[in-house]
Amino acid sequence: MTFTIPIDNGDAVKNAEADSQRTLYPYVTGTSIVAIKYKDGVLMASDMGGSYGSTLRYKNIERVKAIGKHSLLGASGEISDFQEILRYLDELILNDNMWDDGNSLGPKEVHNYLTRVMYNRRNKFNPLWNTLVLGGIKNGESYLGMVSMIGVSFEDNHIATGFGNHLARPILRDEWHADLSFEDGVKLLEKCMRVLLYRDRSAINKFQKYIETVQIAKITEEGVTVSQPYSLKTFWEFQAFHNPTAGAEGSW
Amino acid sequence: MFRNQYDTDVTTWSPTGRLFQVEYAMEAVKQGSAAIGLRSRSHVVLACVNKAQSELSSHQRKIFKVDDHIGVAIAGLTADGRVLSRYMRSESINHSFSYESPLPVGRLVVRLADKAQVCTQRSWKRPYGVGLLVGGLDESGAHLYYNCPSGNYFEYQAFAIGSRSQAAKTYLERRFEGFKESSREDLIKDAILAIRETLQGETLKSSLCTVSVLGVGEPFHFLDQETIQNVIDTFEKVPEQDEEAGEGEAEVAAGAAPAEQGGSGDQDVAPMEM
Repeated sequence: MTFTIPIDNGDAVKNAEADSQRTLYPYVTGTSIVAIKYKDGVLMASDMGGSYGSTLRYKNIERVKAIGKHSLLGASGEISDFQEILRYLDELILNDNMWDDGNSLGPKEVHNYLTRVMYNRRNKFNPLWNTLVLGGIKNGESYLGMVSMIGVSFEDNHIATGFGNHLARPILRDEWHADLSFEDGVKLLEKCMRVLLYRDRSAINKFQKYIETVQIAKITEEGVTVSQPYSLKTFWEFQAFHNPTAGAEGSW
Repeated sequence: MFRNQYDTDVTTWSPTGRLFQVEYAMEAVKQGSAAIGLRSRSHVVLACVNKAQSELSSHQRKIFKVDDHIGVAIAGLTADGRVLSRYMRSESINHSFSYESPLPVGRLVVRLADKAQVCTQRSWKRPYGVGLLVGGLDESGAHLYYNCPSGNYFEYQAFAIGSRSQAAKTYLERRFEGFKESSREDLIKDAILAIRETLQGETLKSSLCTVSVLGVGEPFHFLDQETIQNVIDTFEKVPEQDEEAGEGEAEVAAGAAPAEQGGSGDQDVAPMEM
């Protein structure tokens, strides 16, 4: 998808710099984010890859970050735009803390703020090329929502972005239920991440042998806990993989 | 207060470290008709006396809804009060739009106070001549603040401003310790009783006062005349006796603080003040 609008060629002076200032396509991108509400809060998972087109260039990018005391922000899409958003939120949280009163911005407020930012950028034809997932818990209430690069925003019990929309969502719809325990929640997320590992190109290496790193972040009333990067077990010994071109000589 | 050579500009200090223009602005608040606020743990009640310029006109609006969870009662220059209410509404709705969440009262009050402070430090401005009782609800509970023309603000359990407010304050001082745990109905009753104190003998009728309530699960709204009259009826059962007692109390209070009363009644009130 590119963001170009038809230009009236007669107006060269005005247009000369107009397009070079707007986002046209993403460069370094992160793939899916999957998140669910569980009994004690919210679980979010992402891999740690940053792709440069079809190259898996960066393998140590944290695509989920803690925001303030109550929230988690995960992003897929352009990594530099995600970093920009983190800077905006940093300032927001800082100003909120400077009030030094009993109030603090919860996940709902941050989600709405981000919706405003994303939608306003979309209206200027200069989007922040991300799909953001905002989860958190405040005063015992869990919150989970997402905002797309064009400002579409909503809340739900489970969220998936990118390829997760197609691969993870059916699993979540079937298997998510209220009051999941932490262990069950992690199992569910790992099931989704494994499917994404197998089927999403930007989630794997091109070679047969690969190591994928996945980070799981947990947020409960105690706060945000981020696990150390780890990898999922995968199985490649299916019969069908032993001679994949059996039915189609010449292909690979 | 006497006229002196340091009171012409708001930006001139007196040798004793006072800004007389700011203090004169606070006098304007005392000229306005009474406004009262009280809060419990979960509710805030704002009440005021309705005063009309003449029998022909309607009474001035002194209580404004700022948002579902914030209301303000004013005393002093109502024009200034209206402008500040509009500012408060604007701040509240802008916050709601960006964060889809109600603006915490404490933060609104600080912005209001900072706005008032600006007018005490510019030679081309004058302080706002209105005192605001801001009542609101947020995460940390029910709050009542008083914003002063000086740019100061204070949090109160109960407070009264405007003319003859001392009578109401005396009444509230006796009872405020119970307000925290008060029920909504008792809080309203206390507000109306406090209003009665400021009337100094005039019969308390529902047409003479405006009462507003907000609280947990209850957005800001005005009580209708019927509801107010019903509350009045519960304690005005023996009108003569009550009236005498009320008059006695008010006189004692008036004697104790003559300077506060703002002159001999409404004839001295300038047309722009209510």
